[in-house]
Amino acid sequence: MAHTHDDHAHGHDDHAHHGPDKGIMRWIKTTNHKDLGTLYLFFSFTMFFIGGLMSLVIRAELFHPGLQFVEPEFFNQMTTMHALVMIFGGVMPGFVGLANWMVPMMIGCSDLALPRVNNWGFWILPFGFAMMLSTLFMDGGGPAGGWTMYPPLMLQTGNAFPFLIFSIHLLGISSITGAINVVVTILNMRTPGMTLLKMPLFVWAWLITAYLLIAVMPVLAGAVTMLLTDKYFGTSFFNAAGGGDPVLFQHVFWFFGHPEVYILILPAFGVISTIIPTFARKPLFGYDSMVYALASIAFLSFIVWAHHMFTVGMPLAGELFFMFATMLIAVPTGVKVFNWVATMWRGSLTFETPMLFAIAFVFLFTIGGFSGLMLAMTPVDFQYHDTYFVVAHFHYVLVPGAVFSIIAAIYYWIPKWTGRMYNEKAGQWHFWLSAIFINLTFFPQHFVGLAGMQRRVPDYAVQFTDFNEISTIGAFGFFFAQFIFIFNMLACCYGWFGRKQDAPARVWEGAHGLEWTVPSPAPYHTFEEPPPLPESELASIGGGAHAH
Amino acid sequence: MSTQAAAHSERYFVPAPSVWPFVLTAALVCLVAGVASFLENDHVGPVPIFIGGVLSIAVIFLWFRDVVHESEGGRYSAQVDRTFRWGMSWFIFSEVMFFGAFFGALFYARSLSIPWLGGEGTKVATNLFLWPGFEAGWPSNGPGEVGGSFQTIPAFGVPLLNTILLLTSGFTITMAHHALKANRRMICILWMWATVALGASFLWFQAHEYLEAYTELNLTLGSGVYGSTFFMLTGFHGLHVTLGTIMLITITLRLMFGHFKPDSHFGFEGVAWYWHFVDVVWLALFVVVYWL
Repeated sequence: MAHTHDDHAHGHDDHAHHGPDKGIMRWIKTTNHKDLGTLYLFFSFTMFFIGGLMSLVIRAELFHPGLQFVEPEFFNQMTTMHALVMIFGGVMPGFVGLANWMVPMMIGCSDLALPRVNNWGFWILPFGFAMMLSTLFMDGGGPAGGWTMYPPLMLQTGNAFPFLIFSIHLLGISSITGAINVVVTILNMRTPGMTLLKMPLFVWAWLITAYLLIAVMPVLAGAVTMLLTDKYFGTSFFNAAGGGDPVLFQHVFWFFGHPEVYILILPAFGVISTIIPTFARKPLFGYDSMVYALASIAFLSFIVWAHHMFTVGMPLAGELFFMFATMLIAVPTGVKVFNWVATMWRGSLTFETPMLFAIAFVFLFTIGGFSGLMLAMTPVDFQYHDTYFVVAHFHYVLVPGAVFSIIAAIYYWIPKWTGRMYNEKAGQWHFWLSAIFINLTFFPQHFVGLAGMQRRVPDYAVQFTDFNEISTIGAFGFFFAQFIFIFNMLACCYGWFGRKQDAPARVWEGAHGLEWTVPSPAPYHTFEEPPPLPESELASIGGGAHAH
Repeated sequence: MSTQAAAHSERYFVPAPSVWPFVLTAALVCLVAGVASFLENDHVGPVPIFIGGVLSIAVIFLWFRDVVHESEGGRYSAQVDRTFRWGMSWFIFSEVMFFGAFFGALFYARSLSIPWLGGEGTKVATNLFLWPGFEAGWPSNGPGEVGGSFQTIPAFGVPLLNTILLLTSGFTITMAHHALKANRRMICILWMWATVALGASFLWFQAHEYLEAYTELNLTLGSGVYGSTFFMLTGFHGLHVTLGTIMLITITLRLMFGHFKPDSHFGFEGVAWYWHFVDVVWLALFVVVYWL
């Protein structure tokens, strides 16, 4: 390695000449943000597939009351692993993949600030998940105490336990390195003239998300380290006999866990704030207020964690504080939703696939937001806690929320990445099937939850059967509808339909931003020099107020 | 604004493809899977731990060697320097949050869980029915007296000495930095070795203190929540001092090899930042763990 460096007296030589290595070593050794973005996205969708299969096991078992397909122990492993795989393997790497691809192109630089660290952050993921998933085949099976890992239940896990803990440590390293990379890139690599309040909102959303990641992933590492020492080294953090408290774990975990919720949704806000102005052909309404709303949500996310613990027996003052603090989040979130709607107001709208997913996001995420507001009320949460109402709530914000935004972003940018247009007809089919089936899956869960059906239990009372059957049909439908998407995207990647797919540089006529000033597909190193920043590229992203 | 003007003329630095991150990951997974198997008595033996550990250290060394070559080869622009500064700052912030989790646990045990077990406020019934006769206090190993009775280490003995050692090391590394900036390399190296010696003596006294705690005071990791928080906080801090000392030795050797320039030496400054961070954590430890 060293001698290749010595060959280059001047840093700019090596990326001017040669492109990527050939074969598998290209992907193992790459320091290129586009290669790593691609790896992240392929990994993310592999995990979505595995986590999706787990959810089908859960839904198949719940099709009827009683036990039909799996043992209760295995059912609990499926609910636990489904959550871990989808959160840490699906949604987070999906958004990091988008950040890898888009942040350097949007702020006008050649690559992320720390390319080798970027490679490390990615490669930890497949190794870490191989270790985590291998626990399913160990004595005592995989972890089954829920993804929140509450002691003392979690401490009863079999051989899987230390493997789970260490895989979470590894995933934490991946997230922290990835987040530091994004923050440093955004703070240090912007093209001259791009002040903070001229950045695209996707970049703003990721800056704040990355800050949240750096702040809370170490706290999760601390929490699981305490679990580990309680199990193997005789500490008493979560043992009342020794003066500790199992509830302490819940506090530390949710101090991570609540900002984590926003880690999963803030990049989605950034995506939606990028797509809606393009297809409304209007500047984003209230750019500055969008930024302030993001920052307010991030701040509030640190002081609301105990709303996950209303029924655990906290002092009354705590219950009240966390209830009101949680409700405050509705204000900046409301600002965002109204701004998206106002952006579309009197715009010349067209409904290409990314826009359809974006509009569905605004509508369905808001449903999830409203059920969140209901859950925020302490007295009624005593009824909702640990029911399917909670399941319906967070799946509304995560699937038609976070996942829809990842899908929308890929439809929106894949012509830029591959130089090929996806098939619009298939995209529309994919959207409508997804939108219908996802509501079929999760809307009935509000009803069974309010009526008292408990989560994380493989059996239920017979009166919930009808709604559960609908839910299961929806889940299978949604799962299989995604193959339209996968086929459509692979057709772009590999050019299955030849030259007629070719995409222009500015794929969408209403799109603004530096990424549309370069050819499609974008060059391997997008900008060799900091590019100029024309006002026209800011018009819709930097906000109308800055344009004149 | 001058930085923006300068940015126009400079090209970006993108490192060549590297195999180290991938190998480091494989080594780390080998290491932690080995430790996990060991914890569950899977009879795999120490081989994966050994291979993973040695390989990890080797790869970290090789990776940093590449970085040093690039740096000394003059390939890093002002922008790369800023990248390292920002990166190191945010890394230290993440470390602060890691320690925050354990300080939070200490706060919770002292201010909430122990008083509640003693029946404070609305928790009268907890005390009456679950742990009758338990009186809240600190230090405590809980109503079950987990680990048996123990004594604590007085703050104004070895811990005070260690505080003085670390504060002094903060002074010596600053003197070394001034010497480096004034291009007085020999003086700088001497101040650096002084810093290393102070760090090493801190570790020696800390080890001595641990030995005394285990053999004479019956204060162990298993001494209820007091022992848990005491050893986890001081232990993770000691681990960071160990790492910091290795980093200090590394940059001192680099100074002796003629690395760093008076106006460009972020490798040095990054280690100094890390050392000051370890220092500040110790001050917090001294106050809330030993003293109060």
